[in-house]
Amino acid sequence: MNRTLTKPIADDLVRPLFQTSIWFYAILLATGTVVACGAVAWGYQLWYGIGVSGKRWPTFWALYLTNFVFWIGISHAGTLISAILRLVNAGWRRPVTRCAEVITVFALSIGALFPIIHLGRPWLAFWLFPYPSAREIWPNFRSPLAWDFFAINTYLTGSVLFLFLPMIPDFALVRDRSTGFRRRVYGALAMGWRGTTKEWNRLESAMQIMAIAILPVAVSVHTIVSFDFSMATVPMWHSTIFGPYFVAGAIFSGIAALILAMAALRKALHLEQYLLPLHFDNLGKLLLLMCIFWGYFVFSERLTVWYGNEPSEMAVFWATQRGAYAPLYWTMVVCNFVVPLAILSNPYTRTIVGCVIASCGVVVGMWLERFLIIVPSLTHKQLPYSWGTYQVTPVELTITAATFAGMILLYTLFAKFVPIISIWELKAGLPSRQDSTALPPGSTKAEGAHS
Amino acid sequence: MAVDLDKCTGCEACVTACHAENNIPTVGSQQAARGRAMHWIRVERYYEGNFPDVRVKFRPVLCQQCDNAPCEAVCPTYAAHRNEDGLNAQVYNRCIGTRYCANACSYNVRFFNFFNPEWPKPLHLQLNPDVSIREVGVMEKCTFCVQRIKAAKTTAKAENRTMVDGALQPACAQACPTTALVFGDLNDPNSRVARLSQSTRGSKLLEDLGAEPKITYLDKQPWHEPDAY
Repeated sequence: MNRTLTKPIADDLVRPLFQTSIWFYAILLATGTVVACGAVAWGYQLWYGIGVSGKRWPTFWALYLTNFVFWIGISHAGTLISAILRLVNAGWRRPVTRCAEVITVFALSIGALFPIIHLGRPWLAFWLFPYPSAREIWPNFRSPLAWDFFAINTYLTGSVLFLFLPMIPDFALVRDRSTGFRRRVYGALAMGWRGTTKEWNRLESAMQIMAIAILPVAVSVHTIVSFDFSMATVPMWHSTIFGPYFVAGAIFSGIAALILAMAALRKALHLEQYLLPLHFDNLGKLLLLMCIFWGYFVFSERLTVWYGNEPSEMAVFWATQRGAYAPLYWTMVVCNFVVPLAILSNPYTRTIVGCVIASCGVVVGMWLERFLIIVPSLTHKQLPYSWGTYQVTPVELTITAATFAGMILLYTLFAKFVPIISIWELKAGLPSRQDSTALPPGSTKAEGAHS
Repeated sequence: MAVDLDKCTGCEACVTACHAENNIPTVGSQQAARGRAMHWIRVERYYEGNFPDVRVKFRPVLCQQCDNAPCEAVCPTYAAHRNEDGLNAQVYNRCIGTRYCANACSYNVRFFNFFNPEWPKPLHLQLNPDVSIREVGVMEKCTFCVQRIKAAKTTAKAENRTMVDGALQPACAQACPTTALVFGDLNDPNSRVARLSQSTRGSKLLEDLGAEPKITYLDKQPWHEPDAY
């Protein structure tokens, strides 16, 4: 990172914490309103029953589960990518890791809400907890939904730790620069961080352990989410490819979400010095790789089904390929494959704007992909007499919109109260010391590929 | 149970009887049009041949009480489970409404209470006191009239005798004017249903999926694979 910094990093990066622009309140108001509408819609659904959504016989899962899989997919941006980049010691990762990791925590929390929203009796959701009860009834450990419960909780716990650990030195930095109540809050969050060599060493090894431990957890989470579908003998669900297919799709949509978040942060918080075209270029290459993976998986899945020519599967196949769901299907292919491939494979279009356009396509396309996995299969099960339809309702749409607004709201609040770029990691990657406070010892040694 | 398709006339008396016996809510025309109608047993109609030479085939479809039931394994709370008689039971109080069982069921014979049930007056007076009402958010399905089975067992035990084949019938079989539906104990090799299940006319619905359904469909003509697309 040989670039000239006009201001000391720490001053620049903690500035959003102390200065508030009018846009912050505007975003808060706008997204807060949508979230409140979503809460009202959910209350309405709780009061009257799940019938206010568009679900029917036999389409018992639809938009809520689409959102569930979509958000869990988005959550694969952060922790997984950050862990990989940490392990391979890629120098360019430094400004990217925190804004990626926080996507994971928020997207996972939002995603984990949907299985509860979609329940017929959500007030009994605690029956999925394996708590000892007088009746000695445990959750059914044979059910993929019980696996989901454990997988998501493990991943959420791990991701929160993974996010929190490297924030401690930055909390200490903010603590030292603030006064009054704010000082007390950040002091508590910094957990008494003093910046001794011992503390730095422990933090480094803890991060190393977390980065290694979180990788298999991240892969297993989306595999288990895919098992919700592939364990059932529903046409086009019962497929061995679903595990890796879902994981690839998750990372794909996750990188797209990360690029969008970074582009928004860059503009909103004036981080042009930190989030460079280089980062978008590198993430764009990663997105291109996942785009090709995704296309390969879809091709393999579709080809084997078509060649096998099993009647019940072919019903779903043709419904998506040229039937009622074909417009959605081909939109998905364009958004997920054609557009990103065209933009990202060309170094001249792989700019920040190009990456953002491709990422918008991928987010839309991956949402459609989740929908097209769930709904056409359920409406075309084995007995043609019981084929069904699905029509989305305003309640479902409001709740869906509220989660997108909720994501923006949480992200804005986070960027307001926590330095969104890891200050100490950024400093540690600099070739020379600019600011000697709160620096890990030995951090000036060359690390990774600085460009 | 054995279902004789050669005898079925498609009159749907079984559907009506089932609704009356099991307190199955009628959801109203609007909700029915939206696909929320609940029929624990339904008569599927399939058409063979081209106009004007068309033949209708009827197939009553109800819970197949599978021996290897996909619905049971996927329920996270054991609401769907196997009872000691080998029936796929549903504990309404234990159901939290994930609706996974309904997705896993290839026969689509599980139904969800999208709203709290309502009966227009005076239909609320005809509810069967032996069957519980299901509240909003729970799954329900054919029980093989488990309340009748329990009552018959209790009576037999009180009178110190074994169950008599044919004396106990679920509502659908009782209402069937052509006795197309035959109910009995498959474990008793001399029962009528056990003998019919061995018939050369017999087949199982979607047998290749491996759910091991317990209902045998009897039909002298082989069914054609319905044109799926």
